[in-house]
Amino acid sequence: MSLRVDNLKVWYRTLRGDVQALDGVTFTVADGELVGLAGESGCGKSTLGKSLIRLDSRMRHVDGTVELDGKELPIWDSERMSSFRFKEVSIIPQYAMSAMNPTRRIGRLVAELLESRGVRPDGVRDELLRRLELVGLAPDVLDRYPIELSGGMKQRMVMVISTLLNPSLLIADEITSALDVSTQKAVAETLVGFRDRHFVKSTIFITHDLSLVYQIADSIIVMYAGRLAERAPTEALVTTPRHPYTQMLLSALPEVGVRYSDRRLTGIPGSPPSLLDPPTGCRFRDRCPLAFDKCATQPPFLEVAPDHQVACWKAF
Amino acid sequence: MTVSDREELAVATPAATAATPVTVTKVRAGREALWFARRNRKLLLGATVVLVFLALAAVGPLLTDHGPNEYVGPPAQRPSADWWFGTTMFGQDVFAQFAHGLRSTFLVGLLGGGLAAIVGMVIGFTAGYRGGTADEILNMVTNVVLVIPTLAVLLIIATYLRVRGVVPEAIFIGLFSWPWVARAIRAQTFSLRSRDFVDLARLSGAGGARIVLREIAPNMSSYLFMTFILLFGGAVLTAAMLDFIGLGPTDGMSLGLMMNNAVLWSALPLGMWWWFIPPGLGITMIVGALYIMNVGLDEVFNPKLREL
Amino acid sequence: MLTLEGVSKTYRVGTFGGRELTAVRDVSLQVAPGEVIALIGESGSGKSTIGRLILRLTGVTGGRITFGGTDIAGFKGKGLRAYYAQVQGVFQDPFSSYNPIFKADRALELLRQTYFAELDARRWRDKVEASLDAVRLDPGQVLGKYPHQLSGGQLQRLLVARALLLDIRLLVADEIISMLDASTRIDVLNLLGDLKARGLGIVFVTHDLSLGNYISDRAVILRQGAVVEEGPVEQVFGRPQHAYTRSLLASVPQLHRKWEPGDGLAGEPAGGDGG
Repeated sequence: MSLRVDNLKVWYRTLRGDVQALDGVTFTVADGELVGLAGESGCGKSTLGKSLIRLDSRMRHVDGTVELDGKELPIWDSERMSSFRFKEVSIIPQYAMSAMNPTRRIGRLVAELLESRGVRPDGVRDELLRRLELVGLAPDVLDRYPIELSGGMKQRMVMVISTLLNPSLLIADEITSALDVSTQKAVAETLVGFRDRHFVKSTIFITHDLSLVYQIADSIIVMYAGRLAERAPTEALVTTPRHPYTQMLLSALPEVGVRYSDRRLTGIPGSPPSLLDPPTGCRFRDRCPLAFDKCATQPPFLEVAPDHQVACWKAF
Repeated sequence: MTVSDREELAVATPAATAATPVTVTKVRAGREALWFARRNRKLLLGATVVLVFLALAAVGPLLTDHGPNEYVGPPAQRPSADWWFGTTMFGQDVFAQFAHGLRSTFLVGLLGGGLAAIVGMVIGFTAGYRGGTADEILNMVTNVVLVIPTLAVLLIIATYLRVRGVVPEAIFIGLFSWPWVARAIRAQTFSLRSRDFVDLARLSGAGGARIVLREIAPNMSSYLFMTFILLFGGAVLTAAMLDFIGLGPTDGMSLGLMMNNAVLWSALPLGMWWWFIPPGLGITMIVGALYIMNVGLDEVFNPKLREL
Repeated sequence: MLTLEGVSKTYRVGTFGGRELTAVRDVSLQVAPGEVIALIGESGSGKSTIGRLILRLTGVTGGRITFGGTDIAGFKGKGLRAYYAQVQGVFQDPFSSYNPIFKADRALELLRQTYFAELDARRWRDKVEASLDAVRLDPGQVLGKYPHQLSGGQLQRLLVARALLLDIRLLVADEIISMLDASTRIDVLNLLGDLKARGLGIVFVTHDLSLGNYISDRAVILRQGAVVEEGPVEQVFGRPQHAYTRSLLASVPQLHRKWEPGDGLAGEPAGGDGG
């Protein structure tokens, strides 16, 4: 197993108490697997992505462990984590436009980053150039300032930088959200390309767009209100979803070819519960059309079919 | 702020499902601001000092039964039970002068600062909201006023006006201290103007003036408040300086005038500290307190500066 | 009802306004009463600019826009207010559309001051509740609340309710659901579909083809300010003629259909990047 997360709990400190953003998450990611982490806002997917690499000042590690390639990741200790960052765990941030220092030439930025990790820039220069060519960037981009690049180019540059040292785990946090449809496709395919060429071992692709994650992921994890709702291989999740939330989410997606006059899609009424003081039991209970009395206790995340796990009493 | 940050904090409010901006909206901020205001030491300290002096200005002259310029006692007396701040070279009551001087100080601050605030706001909002030619013209006006040598103008005025009062002085100060206000407000108006709710107000048929007054200005209320405080302090300081060099009002009493007289009549070499230290200290403390209040207010209104 | 004839919009950019940026290039289209027309394009296509031009939030630099036969550029004062009584808009970011220091229903009150000043409190209240009912919002849940206390979906529906207070004939919906969650998007979309069934014309600006397809009658594909393809939705989506439309359709991620390798635009699409 490449990545193993066990009962991870990360909460946010706020003036009004602790927001239980990530409340007991357990899963594994195999070597070479591209997992899509999907969910709506507030489900905890970004918290999960961030806690695997860097907890910010408001986040608090409450419980649980993370293991990468057999070694435990000390995510609560930012100093010790810094030896893992960029080399074993890397992240592609969402807004590539602002991710690069505008006052540095890109080549210098990369060199400084490598030096800070104890890697000699000359040693990786050939590899860097090779990868730039792979994503369609000319080598002279290293002499330019970020402002001279377009948004798509910046995104690809950031992707190359983040994966330069061949990390075992790559976290892509909503990297396509602010992009046009055509650039989105190019970026998503580049991500798959990195995995296929063994630049990265495992990838976690965080997004709210289920149809996008369907295109490139090997398996999909759906999160709701800080917990895992369902996990399955991509095709299985989309054709035979077992969790009511997944089912309703899939049926709320408009597609080309579906018209209002032919078939009306329905949304999910209500809104996710507040995680300041979350309800006991299954958190989807209030909005679930299939809820019954057993839902008052939190269902465990169990396997119902090969590699297909759900947290729902009705699915067992 | 990333989408993810907004998501996690959005979760704290039950009704929000979509990406919620994390900036605490002004109303919750209003109540929060009050909470922080009561606890902010700089704000409390500054406000207390200013209020003490204000009380003194209001009540002080009533405690004396003679005017500031009357010759009431033996000259050059040290402070004593009869004359709390001693007497001047000519036997005038320094305390009475001080109390009356405080009044004129506050008056100048209010009038001068208020005038500058109004002019600065009108010009700033108009330039920021209208843009284009109006903006260019107003910018030119601002720049002209900025470079006029106020001292030279004052000297010229002083030559022609034999008698000068506190009000003309305040007006003069007000007319020359607004440029930075106009610049700052213009910049903020520019950024607020492109927000969606301004567009929505336009779609509701509201005219420019109404939009500025009802939509844009209320969003900057904390900044406008702080601007006024700074202008008040600045006006007090400028008036004291003008009075000190003899370009102030020719009638009445002011703290700067006291210092001017003290220096003129050799209070320093004669060691009559009670004549120039109270007004000097008074000015310093009032203006200093106002500036400290401003820093404190900045912390109250700006969540990022607060020490949690 | 609404006609755009050779409309262009050029901005001056750069230091001292030296360069020109053409956001909209000679666009002509028509919206018939009760018709929903989707303006689809990526960033830089000019679709939002066209929306703003229709709403008179900015002026055209070439061509003209007519509503009911009259050129809208000439409207001012009362004429402009009369135009806004027939044409209204809803924008992308629900939280930015409300002044954060006031309550959400103030957006409705603003309309009252201009258009319904003579109505008494009770009749105004009835009118508001009827409008809220049309968008399926519970008055008790949304009136008297601040924007941060409501969800994005509720705020967007409140904005539609605001537009419905006037008896409008055309609504410009500029990416109104792109900032909402998937589960609430469809509710707002269905609402627009209902309104269309009641005779409202809609200019639906979006970058998402699947959304454009759901409720529209006609589709206009825009690229870098110019119209690339236009026609009834089934034709444009079913049998696209232009290469750009075809590549756009191929790049849209869809459930149950994987991307073909080699589909879409290779490399960097000109002008297309983050929005």
